[in-house]
Amino acid sequence: MEARLQELKKEALGKIETAHTVKELTDVRVAYLGKKGPITDVLKGMGKLPAEERPRMGALVNEVRGEVTESLDARMVILEEQAINEKLQRETIDISLPGRPAKTGNPHPLTRVVEEIEDLFLSMGYEIAEGPEVEKDYYNFEALNLPKGHPARDMQDSFYITEDILLRTHTSPVQARTMEAKGGEPIKIICPGKVYRRDNDDATHSHQFTQIEGLVVGENIRMSDLKGTLSVFAKKMFGEDREIRLRPSFFPFTEPSVEMDISCFKCGGDGCNVCKKTGWIEILGAGMVHPNVLEMAGYDSKRLTGFAFGMGPERIAMLKYAIEDIRHFYTNDVRFLTQFQRTEL
Amino acid sequence: MLVSTKWLKEYVNTQQLPPAQLGEKITRAGIEVDAVIDRSEDLANLVVGYVTECSKHPEADKLSICQVDVGAGEIDQIICGAPNIAKGQSVIVARPGALLPGGMKIKKAKLRGEESNGMICSLQELGIESKLVPKSYVEGIYVLPEPVEPGTDVLSYLDLDDTVLELGLTPNRADAMSMLGVAYEVGAILEEEVTLPKMDYKESTDRAESMLTLEVDAPEANPLYVAKVVRNIEVKESPVWLQQRLMAAGVRPHNNVVDVTNYVLMEYGQPLHAFDYDSLGTGNITVRQAKEGEKITTLDDTERTLSPHHLVITNGKDPVALAGVMGGANSEVSDKTTTVVIESAYFSADSIRRTSKDHNLRSDASSRYEKGVDPNRVIPAAERAAQLLSELAGGEVLGGSLVFDELDKQERIVKVSPDFINSRLGMKIPLEDMLDILSRLKFNTEAANNQLIIQVPTRRQDIQIEEDVVEEIARLYGYDEIPATLPRTDATLGGLSPYQAKRRIVRHFLEGAGLLQATTYSLSSEQSATQFALEPTETTRLLMPMSEERSTLRQSLLPHLLESLAYNTARRTDSVALYETGAVFMKGQDELLDEQEHLAIVMTGLWLDHGWQGEKKPVDFFVAKGIVEGLAEKLGFELSFERGELDGLHPGRTAFIMLDGTRIGVIGELHPAEQKKRDLKSTIAVELNLATLLTLETDALIYTPVPRYPSISRDVALVLSKRVEAQSIEQVIRKAGAKLLKDVRVFDLYEGEGMEEGKKSLAFSLTYFDPEKTLTDEEVNAAHDKVINALTESGAELR
Repeated sequence: MEARLQELKKEALGKIETAHTVKELTDVRVAYLGKKGPITDVLKGMGKLPAEERPRMGALVNEVRGEVTESLDARMVILEEQAINEKLQRETIDISLPGRPAKTGNPHPLTRVVEEIEDLFLSMGYEIAEGPEVEKDYYNFEALNLPKGHPARDMQDSFYITEDILLRTHTSPVQARTMEAKGGEPIKIICPGKVYRRDNDDATHSHQFTQIEGLVVGENIRMSDLKGTLSVFAKKMFGEDREIRLRPSFFPFTEPSVEMDISCFKCGGDGCNVCKKTGWIEILGAGMVHPNVLEMAGYDSKRLTGFAFGMGPERIAMLKYAIEDIRHFYTNDVRFLTQFQRTEL
Repeated sequence: MLVSTKWLKEYVNTQQLPPAQLGEKITRAGIEVDAVIDRSEDLANLVVGYVTECSKHPEADKLSICQVDVGAGEIDQIICGAPNIAKGQSVIVARPGALLPGGMKIKKAKLRGEESNGMICSLQELGIESKLVPKSYVEGIYVLPEPVEPGTDVLSYLDLDDTVLELGLTPNRADAMSMLGVAYEVGAILEEEVTLPKMDYKESTDRAESMLTLEVDAPEANPLYVAKVVRNIEVKESPVWLQQRLMAAGVRPHNNVVDVTNYVLMEYGQPLHAFDYDSLGTGNITVRQAKEGEKITTLDDTERTLSPHHLVITNGKDPVALAGVMGGANSEVSDKTTTVVIESAYFSADSIRRTSKDHNLRSDASSRYEKGVDPNRVIPAAERAAQLLSELAGGEVLGGSLVFDELDKQERIVKVSPDFINSRLGMKIPLEDMLDILSRLKFNTEAANNQLIIQVPTRRQDIQIEEDVVEEIARLYGYDEIPATLPRTDATLGGLSPYQAKRRIVRHFLEGAGLLQATTYSLSSEQSATQFALEPTETTRLLMPMSEERSTLRQSLLPHLLESLAYNTARRTDSVALYETGAVFMKGQDELLDEQEHLAIVMTGLWLDHGWQGEKKPVDFFVAKGIVEGLAEKLGFELSFERGELDGLHPGRTAFIMLDGTRIGVIGELHPAEQKKRDLKSTIAVELNLATLLTLETDALIYTPVPRYPSISRDVALVLSKRVEAQSIEQVIRKAGAKLLKDVRVFDLYEGEGMEEGKKSLAFSLTYFDPEKTLTDEEVNAAHDKVINALTESGAELR
């Protein structure tokens, strides 16, 4: 019996050794350790043994059983790992194949520019004011110190609908409306929007374009405050090392009036094709709100003063992204629009 | 305004500054120099030549063989093709080695067998625009009006060794529309004095009044009129210096009389006109408003019909000039003219503006009148013209002038305190510096009691209020000196309004859903302005559209957005999904339009395209519907959909978007005919009133406890008539399922093979749930049976 056990053990260990799959090994387990297996048979035959033999044989059976089980488990670990490895091998994919594109669109480049400017001024405590695109002549011109027959009306030939109604030629009427509505209270606003002028569409002109203007009215607002505000804007928008310079100019609704140049962001001021060799790029117009404009909106121009500035997001986008033709903004060519997906931060 | 720096030096010392630097200083002080034009650029080695012989080329009809004295006794043979070449002319010769614009280099050459040692030049070949070349020389070479020593350098003789500054003038700086005005500006910048032109000429003992009478019947439109008479003049070509100054200023020379009036216009900024005295025929000048229907033929040979608001100069009977705009052909100065009347007048800006607008006629004169001329230069300009005519045309100036004068020529007084100036600027400019700047500007100033009392010269009509003085001081003190500060206002909160914040949320949602933002034009053709509009109103047209394509304000965003779609598909981008937010313009209650912010979406081609994994799904109605539903959920309210029809959309695939029973938009597939017309494949379009959605207030967000008990689902498949809509079945289910039914979802639709004609199979998944406890099978079965019964009763057949 003992010999039989030893033989069974050798046999089992041999089969364990030669089992190559989890299945084969499981068969070995069932064959030798199962309820109908030979070792169980040996155990069943123990009843025929003399009583003093039984403990020793019992221990021996358990020992053989233990050894076989141990060997089986060890072999199982190896085979299972092998099986997993094979599975992994089979499941290997070509990771160089393209991924499933995440469905995503993006804002129009003009929205991108406008929102960047909005966010900058929102962070400085400004509100955003909006108004109608079809405007009264009064708000578009007269309230801005441009009475009928004023020579500066020539500067912006307009689309009239009736004698007194037109497509606004700038976003300034929103300023006039806001002042009127605020009834003498201090103001800090940004006004973005679409505007219209009688221009033939070409690479640098568009009969429809966008503007964004700012207006601050309060006690003792000075020209130095305008300069400081514009300087912050220029640095945030075009880079920390930008310098600004103001040049005297003329707008009917401001006095004094200025135009602001920034040092060229491409060449840093040395002169290149972007700044037309001058080192400076014209970015916006601004000035101290004309007392007539304040008075017409019901403000006491002796007590409250203000500054205003305005710029064209198209121009800024064209400069920033080196876009050569303003018509791209209105054609909506997907090959153009999708280029404004990524962040620049 | 074109400013010859060589000419400018006659009035002000420009301190030998290189023109570019002078331009930079002018720009920084407030008048933008748009361009610095070197008139001698690309020109070299040009001399005056004298044609000693000129004969026909034996081999070529149009060529002449000339012997030209080019100085120092040297005679060169030059072949010339100009029709006006002749013996005895002084001409411009480009000798071998000379440079001409466009990089042309002159070499010795043989033309049809004859040697040519250079080229005789036209003015165009020197880079002067054809429209500035005197008419008689446009087709040929330029002949110098006076004999000149051969070999003389042409650049200096023709004053081409000059640089022109092109000023971009803002409307307020009408004062700089003259050489003297620019001289005052430069004088203020460089701290130099201005020298006025010398004005000494002899007047005849005969008085102007002996030949001419003057009447002004329109003192409001013409408060000042001066007429001088100059007789015994010889009309001829002007001397070279005068011609060249005019050309540098962008004016074409004609003859000495016309040139003198133009010269004084450029010098003083005061428009002048010269009448041929004999053609007037009456010895009278009468200024009056035109009569209705009266006619005049102007110098451009155009007959114009006049109205009473047009001001005319007449000879007492008929109009001889459209006042301040253009002279009449009937009184034009010609070669035969011997006596001229010089007019210098002040016409009101309004009158001139209306006249020049009505007749679509802009001239150097009208553009100056429109912006206002200096009342104190009207008389000096007339005298300057008389002096030049006596000098250049040999004229005899009759004594005195005929003058009508009701014009206020007083200088304006502006009072401002130095504190005011400094507080507006945010700086501390010392009083002495302010006084210095004002004196450089030639503003007589008195400083008393902390107040500057400033006498503003009439040439500076733009200086009217304290703030104007602030600007004058600041611009000459230097804008660079202004410090940079931030407003010291009370802290403001700022921020987006809920409407604006939600608009950004909408944008981000749509972009996250895969749509690209587009921007299109608000102006469209009248025809497409109302296409796809849910509730079109009367259209709004521009008074003067630039084209029919851009004549009318849109009432829907879709027509242009669909155009953008077609633009892309025509360029082989087959799958495109765009959205736009923007205003549409409806006729409203008051004079302003009812502007509504809309949202539109268009999509065509594939929605999902992941080819190598075998996934390709074209866009369809439900892709768009899903986006709209998702958007509503994002904004926190519910939309419903109602079958509908709209022109241009597929009648079986269109739904109105409903909010609380009101139509606020539409989703639909484009009608096949519309697709064909627009050259599009299957296309889905959405438009809705975004303003309505963004104006809605949403409920506060309160969380619902996460369920502690499981939910149980049951499926039901039904056979239905194809016409029955899923939504109606869902309503039956929801009603019958009552409180325990938490959710109903369509999970299958089958309409194909094996189904009876006209029928479809629709399967729903129902979720039952009780927040208080775990539902038993019995409870669920009881609830579900009720649903099944209701469905059967409603005519649905269980599958």
